[in-house]
Amino acid sequence: MGEHCAIVGVGQTKHDTLRVDVSMPGLIREAVTKAFDDAGVSWGDIDAVVLGKAPDMFEGTMMPELFLADALGAVGKPMLRVHTAGSVGGSTAIVAASLIQAGIHKRVLTVAYEKQSESNAMWALTVRIPFQQAIVAGAGGYFAPLIRAYMARTNAPDDTGIRVALKDRLNALKNPTSHLTFPDVSYEMVRDSPMLWDPIRYLETCPSSDGACAMVLAAEDAAKTSPNPPAWVHATAMRSEPTMFPGRDQVNPQAGRDCAAALYKTAGIKNPRKELDCAEIYVPFSWFEPMWMENLGFAPAGEGWKMTQEGATALDGDLPVNASGGVLSSNPIGASGMIRFAESALQVRGLAGEHQVPGAKKALGHAYGGGSQFFAMWVVGSEQP
Amino acid sequence: MRDVAIVSFAQAKNVRRELDANEVEMVMPVVSEAVEQSGIPRREIGFTCSGSCDYLAGQPFSFVSALDAVGAWPPISESHVEMDGAWALYEAWVKIQIGDIDSALIYAFGKASMGDLPDVLTLQLDPYYVAPLGPDSVSMAALQARAYLEATGRSERDLAAVAARSRKDAKTNPAAQVTGDFDPERLLGEPYLVSPLRKHDCPPISDGAAAIVLASGDLARKVCKRPAWIRGIDHRIEAHGLGNRDLAKSLSTAEAGRRAGLGTGAVDIAELHAPFTHQELILRDALGLGNEVRVNPSGGPLAGNPMMVAGLARFGEAARVLMDGQASRAVAHATSGPCLQQNMVAVLEGE
Repeated sequence: MGEHCAIVGVGQTKHDTLRVDVSMPGLIREAVTKAFDDAGVSWGDIDAVVLGKAPDMFEGTMMPELFLADALGAVGKPMLRVHTAGSVGGSTAIVAASLIQAGIHKRVLTVAYEKQSESNAMWALTVRIPFQQAIVAGAGGYFAPLIRAYMARTNAPDDTGIRVALKDRLNALKNPTSHLTFPDVSYEMVRDSPMLWDPIRYLETCPSSDGACAMVLAAEDAAKTSPNPPAWVHATAMRSEPTMFPGRDQVNPQAGRDCAAALYKTAGIKNPRKELDCAEIYVPFSWFEPMWMENLGFAPAGEGWKMTQEGATALDGDLPVNASGGVLSSNPIGASGMIRFAESALQVRGLAGEHQVPGAKKALGHAYGGGSQFFAMWVVGSEQP
Repeated sequence: MRDVAIVSFAQAKNVRRELDANEVEMVMPVVSEAVEQSGIPRREIGFTCSGSCDYLAGQPFSFVSALDAVGAWPPISESHVEMDGAWALYEAWVKIQIGDIDSALIYAFGKASMGDLPDVLTLQLDPYYVAPLGPDSVSMAALQARAYLEATGRSERDLAAVAARSRKDAKTNPAAQVTGDFDPERLLGEPYLVSPLRKHDCPPISDGAAAIVLASGDLARKVCKRPAWIRGIDHRIEAHGLGNRDLAKSLSTAEAGRRAGLGTGAVDIAELHAPFTHQELILRDALGLGNEVRVNPSGGPLAGNPMMVAGLARFGEAARVLMDGQASRAVAHATSGPCLQQNMVAVLEGE
């Protein structure tokens, strides 16, 4: 897989509903400045910039990498702009890593952001293709039937989603960047919250956030001189499949299974549940935790919900999932995938603060997008592969 | 660096308004043709990357359904840039450099006829300080043209000559949209669109799609009689604000050309992504291309300019000339943003 690549700097904004105090460039600079502080680097040390975000219509600016070139310190440098739907934060990090792995650059800055307060994301996500009926309202309207199908397929207890949401919301209290924090959150509070898209309740869904995430990636030599411990990229993988065709399993998509299989193969992982210490996975609606546990090979088909019910995915479980609070707690869509990748890096660097999984050495970062059809994943470790 | 070559290229005919096909239907034939031409079975292509822009279709995720044109089943390793397809080609070239894969499919599509392009492009500008003023793409290009003419002493006659040559050369390009014999003197009798630019100085508004297959080393030699080798490739971006750079020059093109190894030998032809006549002259200056270099034998963007496609098409057109054996060293160039803000340069060689 070419040269080794390390994550030497991570920065995130304080995610919030409406960051009225900053512009888009300001939001990005907040994350980049923190990543630079972590990496002990400055603008002059960066060879190239890779920017990712979800649809430009969320902010009403077409190809915003052009006007952000200045704020990103990209002037005179190569700059790429990635967009792969919801998985974009993950695929952006993978493209940035590939620039190091290919031996082209020594240090790459990668940034993903969304400033969703500029528009109404729910309706921006209600895609209406000509000659097709608009049958859904927002992402929840699209994914709720898939959750229903999962429940019917597995006979999972009805409160599995409530338990995921409660766990993630408790984790979010330990993460200073979290958008949503409910200090008095309880099982009853989640259960009694309004039903939005049956079976998805208000507190089982992700927010719409303003936020950004930045990472400094470095080649081996550059990583070894960085002030804080690096996380090493052990493997990356991306897979895509079409949105719809007869017989497509949207609940447990082939692209996700193939992506995980390719990832583990490259990383030399035979038993992911045992060999990975924690995972940051893209769970925009609570029930996607058990669904992805199966898709990612952590649980046999039909049994992902047991991991949630048994507490295996809790911060003190055998495979903590979304120790950061996850997408349920902060969701600047274009950045959400990169936050998963960055949080997995923070865990193996031992820098996750209050939501640190003790002794984490190997972690999974996961993102998905579109109609559960685009997947981006990486495995990072504290040891150089 | 691994040797990587363009081994096939296909493009749709550039048209002002494609009424019979949506984006998927535009992409499907070019992808099929490029893959078939490459001789590499579709299942064996290691990576797929595309370039497009939601704002042309007027809906988010417009690239998602385009995946239907690729036959992404079983699932494929795939990515997308919200940029011209030339940057998708760059991403694929990087992936091949890592060494895990030996081939890639790149495609791009743009259907500008869905909206009013000059107004849509205004949304590319700084949303706080510039876009609200509403400058359109032609007016900004005119500012640049004026700066160039004043800085260099070149004349509007030089610009008209570029237009006449492009559209004459385009006569032999079946994909071209605007072709024909035009007398530069008569063109100068036309009224200004936005001074100093006349209609012939501006690109047509086009719908189009294109696809390229890349292959490395032995695979390229196996499937292609005369692959178009990418000997060097680099891209650079400049400041966004028009007041923050010298519009009469393209420093990013010069830098990318230098890093792509342009200076190591003479080139026979160049395919330059210069949508406006004066931009061809700016790019020639930046790349140091003398009169002996034939520029845009395909007719270039002045003969057909599908957004998100025209840069990738420059790579394809340059490669085609090399693959046909009509030249041995070529430059391919792509641009993005207002007034040549971002530029990519590659040096290609036929073998």
